[in-house]
Formats: sequence, structure tokens, C-alpha cells
Amino acid sequence: MARVVLVGNLGQLTGGIAEFDLPATTVKQLYEQLTELHPALGHHLDEGIAVAIDGQIFQDALFEPIGPDSEVFLLPQIAGGSTPV
Amino acid sequence: MAETTNGHSQSYVGTRTVRPDGHDKVTGRARFGSDFNLAGQLIGRVLRSPHPHARIVSIDTSRAEALPGVKAVITRDDFGDQPSEFIPAGEMMMNYKDVVRNVMAREKALYEGHAVAAVAATSVAIARRALKLIDVTYEVLPHVIDVVEAMRSDAPLLHDDLFTVGVDPKPEKPSNIAKRIEIKQGDVEAGFEKADVVIEREFKTAPVHQGYIEPHAALATFSEDGSTELWTTTQGHYIVRAHCARLLGLDVGKVRVTATEIGGGFGGKTVVYLEPLAIALSRKAKRPVKMVMSREEVFKASGPTSGAVVRVKMGATKDGKFVAGFAELKYQAGAFQGSPVQPGVMCAYAPYDIEHVHVIGYDVVSNRPKVAAYRAPGAPISEYAVESVVDEIAKTLDIDPVDLRMQNAAREGTKAAYGPKFGPIGLEETLNAIKKTEHWNAPLRKWQGRGVASGFWFNIGGETCVSLTVNEDGTVSLMAGTPDIGGLRASLAAVAADELGVPYDKVRPIIGDTASLGFNFLTGGSRSAFSGSMAIVEAAKQIKADLCARACKLWEAKPDQVEFSDGAVRPLGALGEKVKPMSVVDFAKVAGKTGGPIGGVGRINAQGAGPSFGTHLVDLEVDPETGRTTILRYTVAQDAGRALHPAYVEGQFQGGAVQGIGWALNEEYIYGEDGKLQNAGFLDYRMPVASDVPMIDAILVEVANPKHPYGVRGVGETPIVPPLGAIANAMANATGIRFTELPMSPPKVLKALKDKGLNRA
Repeated sequence: MARVVLVGNLGQLTGGIAEFDLPATTVKQLYEQLTELHPALGHHLDEGIAVAIDGQIFQDALFEPIGPDSEVFLLPQIAGGSTPV
Repeated sequence: MAETTNGHSQSYVGTRTVRPDGHDKVTGRARFGSDFNLAGQLIGRVLRSPHPHARIVSIDTSRAEALPGVKAVITRDDFGDQPSEFIPAGEMMMNYKDVVRNVMAREKALYEGHAVAAVAATSVAIARRALKLIDVTYEVLPHVIDVVEAMRSDAPLLHDDLFTVGVDPKPEKPSNIAKRIEIKQGDVEAGFEKADVVIEREFKTAPVHQGYIEPHAALATFSEDGSTELWTTTQGHYIVRAHCARLLGLDVGKVRVTATEIGGGFGGKTVVYLEPLAIALSRKAKRPVKMVMSREEVFKASGPTSGAVVRVKMGATKDGKFVAGFAELKYQAGAFQGSPVQPGVMCAYAPYDIEHVHVIGYDVVSNRPKVAAYRAPGAPISEYAVESVVDEIAKTLDIDPVDLRMQNAAREGTKAAYGPKFGPIGLEETLNAIKKTEHWNAPLRKWQGRGVASGFWFNIGGETCVSLTVNEDGTVSLMAGTPDIGGLRASLAAVAADELGVPYDKVRPIIGDTASLGFNFLTGGSRSAFSGSMAIVEAAKQIKADLCARACKLWEAKPDQVEFSDGAVRPLGALGEKVKPMSVVDFAKVAGKTGGPIGGVGRINAQGAGPSFGTHLVDLEVDPETGRTTILRYTVAQDAGRALHPAYVEGQFQGGAVQGIGWALNEEYIYGEDGKLQNAGFLDYRMPVASDVPMIDAILVEVANPKHPYGVRGVGETPIVPPLGAIANAMANATGIRFTELPMSPPKVLKALKDKGLNRA
């Protein structure tokens, strides 16, 4: 199972639980499994976050594979040259 | 010609090829935002709020509309309201309730310069006169400029529906604090208990503008059938299209945006200001409308980056190991939420391997223009504070500042303070490169000081679409969809030339409009050369596969009997005795007979952006009689992964350093008690000019990014991160005084010297 860690404020939507072991094999599955466990997360996952899989950051990559021993971090999306408004 | 890990030979990548845009720029042919004109165009001008905070009671445009020559007047009534929710728009999540209010004030004017109305007229003079005939009744409200004051519970409130996100329980009262965020790793208090030395400081930075020389400009024409064309100076014309379509209720497909040549952006041209106004005016006037901001408008009504207050506390053991880092960041967002405090939080301790980290950030609104991105948004501020404290730890422990950074540097496998482990990165290499310079050991005189600091930025990828077309004479047309603000065309042309094995000067790169290519995210992040070159490789792959397939048909061969290499399809084995290789030019001649036009389109969502670290070294001299600081010498070492075009990469390093020098020493938004900006012009807003800075030495460090076919990392953001800390550290060494407030302008330096009795040479 992949080790999944929520970084920053996302943990506030899961009652303070910031680490999970999940059987997800893709980012899409990961989002679905997290949303099932904590529906409040769903909206934020849809809004766009970055996913670091084994140290590599992905953005908007639903089909990116996750290995059974992967370490996954969910991070705020990194916009770089852009901030809202 | 060099061999690379991906197996193809390279002639142009990594060389200093002639810039495709060079001739037009030096001869004045290049067309920037304000150079575009259409027959029958009107001139648009904006009426702006004179008050930093005021309720707009009424707007009467009747006298302006009656003025001969005025063809349209628009106000808040010409823009439908938008819901308060973050929705997708051109690969970004936007709260259009704020966007629509920023482009045109609605219930309130929230900063001096906030757009309140706009006119389109047959001449500049008439447009100006019309603005004076618009009667706006304001109810002036108390204002707040300073970030700390804005956070007070009794501060004037900008938005009565703004409740702090990220605190539990949800606040019952609104405030100016839009968001509280934090990252935690380990147990920071336990970390401080292990420390032999703990240093805590509070720092303050001023808002600074990107200072692009070209002001915002837009030319729009709206047709009766709803189709719209827009020419604008922007870092992301697809983003402009998304915003304008949303704000004006247009179909995305009917809005065609052309990005003009751009005279600097640095993050500041990633949002819309004039564009939706020009379209709305054109729609109403039924004529093209051209709008160009004055410099004063650029300062007052476009986004600088945040000013901030940052508290940093770091602990280290006596042998120099960092054991704990805490920081609290308060960033000004301007009139609407959305400061870059999130990346500020994540970047603060990113250069270092620290077990216990806790960083808190606040996004705070106040009566200033809404901030926009500025190179590595948020990172220079937080990393400046940390790098200043790192230097103090080095002094306290009597450890060489480069050695201390080296000892604690993030390396491959280090768990970043924001969570994941780093892949291959080059911080250590930049520190080594700096220490090996002659600069590092050069002697200094009295009142001179040397400073060093490191910096980090993530870099990003994102949606990218490019096309390559082989023309009938074998030349190649390259179209990219991200505006070229730092060498994109030269870099992509080099990659295309190497991939297809054609001469560099036979590749003509242009930036296509939004109707010509699939969606492209904007130029920023840093992403355009990284993502664009990946997409070019994809497009070239299609062409090579197509040419191989055509060769198979011509030669009646099987796929495994041909290969593409060095610019030609080559027969393999015995086939080589029967037929001769066919070059790209050969295929171009018979394109029609063998299947039609030859081309490829790279459509990707680029992933695998590699972070870039840099280390800067600076010497400066302080004049004790005036407080003026002169930069004597400056060296940048940064990991570029692979420099596609070294001269452009060096230019990025040098430009970032110079902007950082301005941020550190002189630049600031100065407000009066009345909440009005006092220095909205280049005479009073003191940016460095060529005579203020020495030649910036650039050292290219290349630790290949394994996720990119050429090893590329983004390079545009990181160079502005280290200068603030490096200059502050040099200043401390020159004067013996630790300055904790930017800019370290002559009056502040002189006062500090006087306070210490040091103001005599």
C-alpha cells in the first residue's frame, strides 16, 4: 500500500489525520479513495493540488501510476508565475 | 557535435546561437503591445479611484456619453457578477468574484488607482475630457495599508464576507486575514531543545514592482457575431482568453488572442487588467479599442509583489548542524486574497536538511493593488529572512558561511521541509562553484563587505502544445504557444534543429495565437523552455516516424530496415546497397507525392520539472557619509540542469540578480498617511540601471534533470531568490550592523550608522 501524507492545511479536512496507507495505483484512484474516506477533501482535490510520488511532483496528472511502496505527498498546487486575480 | 543520453547528436543545443528575435528588436521592427493598430480604432482610458478605500454610491456617465467623440462608456454595470468560488480557468483555479471586482470596482474602490469606469473615444484628448465628466459619488472609508495593522481586529475591513480559512473553529467575524497556512515536520520545540545556538529575528520587506519597461497594452475588436480578436502584451494569451471569455460571457472559441512581443513581465503579466475593458468597450462602441497604461497606472493599478513581515527562529548545534527552524510569514495580498505566502512557506527552509520545521503563513488583504506574481513568487521574502539568520549562525559559531550551508545543504534523498524527498539537485554544486571562484578570496577594504546566500524554487511543467511544419523547401516552421520572455524561441529552435538534423537557421520559430494551437499554460513557473522543449521532442518524433513510414513505402521496405538519424532516413543492412538516405529536404520536395504536408504537433502536460538551486556571492561598499551602497562585484552559480542556450540562461541569472539588487537596496512602494502611493514613477521608484551594477558573473552548474530528454530545469525564477539575503549578509559584514528591513536604502543605512556612531569614514 502506498503511504500518503497530506501537507499543510489539507489535514484540517480529515480531522487532523495527515497520513494514510491506501491501495491506490493511480492518482485518480488516490483521489477517489481519499474522498470516500473524507468527503470534505473532494472539493479541494478537484480544485487542484500537486502530488509528489516518490519525490517527483506531478500536477493535474490523474493517470500517473502509484507503486505499492510509493511515498505520496499531497501539496498545494505550485503556480509559479501566477497567483489568482 | 556531442552525444547525449537520449542517443541523438546535438549541434545547437548548449550553444550560443543567434537570437531569432534579435534583429527585429535592435532595429525597432519588433511589435510590442502598443505597436498594434487597427483602422477606425478608438482610444480607451480608465477612470481610477482617487481614494484607497471608498464605497461607490453612484456613477453617472451621462455627461461623458454626451461628449462628441465619445463612443462608449463602461462601468461595473457592464460586467455581470461572478460567484465566490474557485473554478477552473485556463489551468488555474480562479475566484472570479475577485477578478471581476479587480478589473472594475463594484461596491467599493479598494485601492488608489482601482478602475471605476472606462471610456472609448476618437482621440486621447476627448477620452481624457470624458473621464472628467464622469460623476462618481464616493463614501470615503478608513483605509489600512500596513500588513500588521491590517491583521488587527479593529482594522478597517475590506471585505465583509472574508472569513479566515485554515483556522479551527471557523471565525464568526470577518477579517482582513484571508488564510492561515502551515507546514510542519518533526517536533520543532524538541528540535530547539537540542540546539546550542538559537537565533530569532523579525524581518520586514517592502512591496516591489516587477518593473517591466513595457506598460500593459491591449487592442480589441469585437464583431457583431460575437467573435473577438485581441492583441495584448502578456505572459499567457490562453489565460487571457479564459479570463476575458468568463468575465464577458463569451465562448472561448470565439476569442482569439495574439501575444505581442513582450517588454518584460516577470510574473506581472499573468493576469488581466485592460484586456476585458478593451473588449467590453469595443463591444459597446462597435469599433476597435486600444488601451495603454501610463507608467503611473502600472504602478498604481497593476500588481507588485507582497511586502511582508517575517519572523524566523533557527537552532543549530555547536558543530553547525541545523536542528530546528520556525518561521511566521505575514504577506500582503493587496485588495484581494491571493498573496504568494503559500510558496513562501514551502520555500523558506527548502535549501536545507532540517529535521524539525514549522512554518506558518498569513495571507492578508489591505488597501493596495492586488499583488501579482513576481519571479519565484513569495520565495525571495521568506528565504531572505532564513538566509540572514543562517549567516548569523555562521558568525556565532565561527564557521565559514559557505561551509555551514554545505554542511546542511539539501541533497538527493533529503526530505524537503515541505514534504517529499528531492531527486538529483545541485545546491551542493553551486556552493562548491562559488567557493572555487577567485571572487570568494579576493581582498576587501574597509566599508566593503562580502555576502553569500542560497535559494530554491520548485519549477513547474504544465499543458503545452507546439507544432513543427516542414515546408516545401525543407525549412521548418516552429510554432509555440507560450510567449517568449527569456529565450524560448532560440531554445526551442535549437532543440528542433537537433531533433530533425536541420540547420538552426532553417528553423523559424514564432509564437502562435490562441486559434493556432491547443491550450498552452502561461510562461512562468519556470516552465516554457522546459515544457516547450519536451513538446518539440514529441512533435519531432511524429515527423521522424512519418518520414520513416514514407521511406518504407518508397523503398518497399519494412520498418526495421530504416532509421532516422542525423537529419535523414537511412536504409539499414542490405537495403543500403539499393537506396540512398533521404534527408528532410529530400522528403520536403516529394511531400505531396508521398502523403501530403509533413508536420508534427506536440501536445503534452509536462511533468517532471526539476527544482533549481542557486548560490549568489556579492561584494558591496557602503559610503558612511551618505549611506549609499555600491555593488562592487557579483557572482551567480545556479543549477540549470542543461542550458539549452547558455547566453539566455546567463541572462536569466543576471537579470534576477539585478532585480534582487533593486529589491534589497532601493525599491519600495511608499504610501502617505492618506493611503496614496507617493512614488508612482521611475524617478522616485528607484530601480537599478546599468550604471548601478557591475557585470554579473554567471556560473552554469548542470546537474541533469533525469525527467527531461535534455536534462533541462527551469531557470528563470531561482535567480531572484538569493540576492536579498546575500546583499543583507554583505551589508552586515561591511557595517557590522544586521539590517532586518528592506530596502536598505541610503536614509535607513545612514540612520543605522549614525545610531551606532559609525557614520564617519
